[in-house]
Amino acid sequence: MPTFSETFFQALALLATFDRRVADIVVLSLEVSGAAVVLGTVLGLPLGACLATGRFPGKHAATVLINALMGAPSVVVGVVVYLLLSRSGPFGGFGLLFSPSAMIIAQTLLVVPLMAAIARQVVEDAWQRYAEELRVMRFSWWQSITTLLYDCRHSLLVAVLAGLGRAMSEVGAVMIVGGNIDGATRVMTTAIALETSKGDLPLAIALGLVLIGLILALNAGAFAMRGWAMRRYG
Amino acid sequence: MFPIRIRDLRFQPNGRKVLDGVDLELGGDGITLVLGPNGAGKSVLLRTLCGLIEPSAGSIEWGGGAPPVFGVTMVFQHPMMLRASVLENVALALKPHGVAHAERQRRAVQVLARVGLANRAADSARQLSGGEQQRLALARAWLVRPRLLLLDEPTASLDPSATAEVERIVREIRTDGTRIVMTTHNLGQATRLGDDVVFMSAGRVREHAPVQRFFARPASEEARLFIQGELPWRMNF
Repeated sequence: MPTFSETFFQALALLATFDRRVADIVVLSLEVSGAAVVLGTVLGLPLGACLATGRFPGKHAATVLINALMGAPSVVVGVVVYLLLSRSGPFGGFGLLFSPSAMIIAQTLLVVPLMAAIARQVVEDAWQRYAEELRVMRFSWWQSITTLLYDCRHSLLVAVLAGLGRAMSEVGAVMIVGGNIDGATRVMTTAIALETSKGDLPLAIALGLVLIGLILALNAGAFAMRGWAMRRYG
Repeated sequence: MFPIRIRDLRFQPNGRKVLDGVDLELGGDGITLVLGPNGAGKSVLLRTLCGLIEPSAGSIEWGGGAPPVFGVTMVFQHPMMLRASVLENVALALKPHGVAHAERQRRAVQVLARVGLANRAADSARQLSGGEQQRLALARAWLVRPRLLLLDEPTASLDPSATAEVERIVREIRTDGTRIVMTTHNLGQATRLGDDVVFMSAGRVREHAPVQRFFARPASEEARLFIQGELPWRMNF
């Protein structure tokens, strides 16, 4: 049995030689999680802003629900999406199960509550400061929301990053709705789980290093951007 | 839109008499200074006039019928500064008016020149000094050419030179045809800027008089004591 250091160096070799299998899995992971985060941003941030600024019956219940869904187990979300997309489900006719599209849907459902909850908190603080002035200027509700989202854009990066972290690191939902099919729906997390169970540790470690490296790079980039924005805009 | 007739206006949240039967008539010209001690209801009166507060009772009649949608605006003591450039912060005011982006920017540049901030247009609004931020807020209000401009202690935390600059702009806005109602604790400012004074205390208008008469011969004992307290060197009425 190879030692830990041998396994680690084999993993580094896979990365250094741009191993085709590693590259394909990383690219698919980025495509799926990237699409989920884009959809999560489009849906989650305005949803959070609506909860922060709106006055409507059931607002508190909706806020509690969104907060609760932040912690929804990804396997449960996977099962729900599986049931919806399975042949006998309401959306079975689209034939999306075991495809990257199904994985994007599942990850979007996972990240939307998280991004909405963070956005609600950020926008609510701004709304308390600006509400009167926006009303005096006769901003409509939607104009107020877009203005607040724009003003909070640097703080909302946290929401986007949190969503990306959740999407890239989850394994249960994509495993269930994607099926972990080699060359089709295998992403970093499902590949790591599979290769570890098979004993192919170099591939699992290589993918793990990429995953951690990506998350570190994204956080470093966001930190630098936020620092620049604070210096530029106060 | 003018005259504005305020009749028996009351605002009493949880039974607290913030406005306790305000009666006031405002004509269509000039600068009215609203004076009074803290808690007199000055800011609440302004907020009620621009629709931010729904009164508990009473009425505001706008000459010519319905209250104007875009004719009234207000500048606050601590104005909103978005994390954006000075130009963007000013141009923002035209967004609800359906003005195209390029036209918003063009008009904003013009009004920034009038408040002396043209050279700061590209800077971050949050990095302006307090006086410059207040000038930005006045530019934002001026941009929409309101018929009535409400100013809530716009110079409360400014130094004398910044205050003088704000007063210059307020006069210009007035000359441009905007009716101004302004709260202040600065009685010197009231004498410099105001045409008439509304003196409030305990949620009511105690006196409404031309500036010179108010300071020379205040009609109420309350107003006399207020002026004495604020300007002790002018005790010989």
